[in-house]
Amino acid sequence: MLKTNKLSIMFGGLRAVSNLNLDIKKGQLVGLIGPNGAGKTTAFNLLTGVYQPTEGEVMFDGKNTRGLKPFQVTQLGMARTFQNIRLFANLTVLDNVKIAYHFHVKYSVAEAVFRLGRYFSEEAEIEEKAIELLKIFGLEGKKDELAKNLPYGEQRRLEIARALATKPKLLLLDEPAAGMNPQETHDLMNLIRWIRDKFDLTILLIEHDMGLVMGVCEHIYVLEYGSLIAEGTPEEIKQNPRVIEAYLGEEVS
Amino acid sequence: MQALRKQDLLLLGLAVVFYAIVQGLLMADIIGPFWELNIVLVGINIILAASLNLINGFTGQFSIGHAGFMAVGAYVGAVMTVKFSLPFIVALAGGAVAAGILGFLIGLPTLRLSGDYLAIATLGLGEIIRITILNIPYVGGASGFMGIPRLADFTWVFFLTIFTLFFIKNLIRSSHGRACISIRENEIAAETMGIDTTRYKVLAFTIGASFAGLAGTLFSHYFYIAHPASFTFMRSFDILTMVVLGGLGSMTGAVTGAVLLTFISAALASYPEWRMVIYSISLIILMLYRPQGLLGDKEISLSIIKRLTGGDSRAEN
Repeated sequence: MLKTNKLSIMFGGLRAVSNLNLDIKKGQLVGLIGPNGAGKTTAFNLLTGVYQPTEGEVMFDGKNTRGLKPFQVTQLGMARTFQNIRLFANLTVLDNVKIAYHFHVKYSVAEAVFRLGRYFSEEAEIEEKAIELLKIFGLEGKKDELAKNLPYGEQRRLEIARALATKPKLLLLDEPAAGMNPQETHDLMNLIRWIRDKFDLTILLIEHDMGLVMGVCEHIYVLEYGSLIAEGTPEEIKQNPRVIEAYLGEEVS
Repeated sequence: MQALRKQDLLLLGLAVVFYAIVQGLLMADIIGPFWELNIVLVGINIILAASLNLINGFTGQFSIGHAGFMAVGAYVGAVMTVKFSLPFIVALAGGAVAAGILGFLIGLPTLRLSGDYLAIATLGLGEIIRITILNIPYVGGASGFMGIPRLADFTWVFFLTIFTLFFIKNLIRSSHGRACISIRENEIAAETMGIDTTRYKVLAFTIGASFAGLAGTLFSHYFYIAHPASFTFMRSFDILTMVVLGGLGSMTGAVTGAVLLTFISAALASYPEWRMVIYSISLIILMLYRPQGLLGDKEISLSIIKRLTGGDSRAEN
């Protein structure tokens, strides 16, 4: 599904990500962990086309994504969420999700302006699908509220819902549990597993919450200073001395 | 969806009724030439404000070169009717298309800029268009293009204003419009949602420019003359003021802003020495107490009016 080959990026003299080799198979739930500043989010930005790699390449679903802009990568079937939530804050919850359906819309600008042809049927379909998705995330009752007025946890859920509306094959979650309490984190774990099965997804997530990572991920990659220091199943990662060292032996419990 | 259609028809019906009343008053000479001129000006300003609002208010790209596109429409339209004796409707289309093409060509490189930089670039481009026209003797140069027939009247202006408003409203309330709004809200997130942000920025800019061109053609065919001095950056600021006053990102706001400012301007015409003072003070007060504009990004709609008058608001929406 996703394969990177010696992926590297330099910012001036700093090698923020160095020779990263990932190999994610269809249907896997994979974690990417590492101490602060290890280059996890930079790796995400490389995968999604926000940054162009200095060296190496990203193969997604058999296609090389070099030179593609973020929106083109999304159209290939890779969706993401952000560490610092980036919702369309002043729009309603429903509109947030509807916007993500945009590139599947077939009616043209002229059809929209003159309200012809497919406009009405497609709009009705978008609305129906968006509401269906909001139901899954328990946000249906708040569809007309502005996104910025939602509580933090619901904003996170809305961001995932919005990413799913693009109908991705691979979902990248950047710290989905950040700022959540243990109960919310637990619910999120179940949700992530459930959407993977329901939407037939492959998921790659960055997370600091070790409970969550060890709980849901089947395979884990560990980054430190931009380089991969370990990979394996949660059990293997827990035993790995390099990882324990990187985390000062405290976080892995 | 059926409710949407019903609402559109209702609005259209109201517009026709309004048109009939004003046209009746004009024919009965109850509205004199001075106010007739101002009513026409209101229409032209509504087209300008609504189209600038598409760029600035909905897509969030701060453009202040709208007068330049208006000038292109005014001159291209005038050339078509005066030099080539083409029918007025062809001139209107020509003015709009010419301004649109220019908007597209200018939009492609400049829309890579954002915020202040885009504002400065568009301001400069508006001036370049004006200076270029000033130096073309074919269209009259500095003395202006004279002898344009008065082909535009209240009827033309009114129905083209309605057309513009429906065009932009329908665009905004579609997936393409939502794509534009998402760029304003958060460009990075919009891009991540698979939206080709460059394409939609250029699209909004092109459509906005072509409506400015349409307004320009109406303008030159109502006032007999197209003069470079009518299209300075002060005109761009006037249009921008209408949009900001009414509320960025509100269709009805742009209309309110255009109506209000045109009439304030007209009402103060008898006190020219106080005009700019009062105008400026009212803007300062507005910015202090209501920086988001009179309407913010809200819309006046039939359902809100019904709610205010105590009717059932749920049927519409």
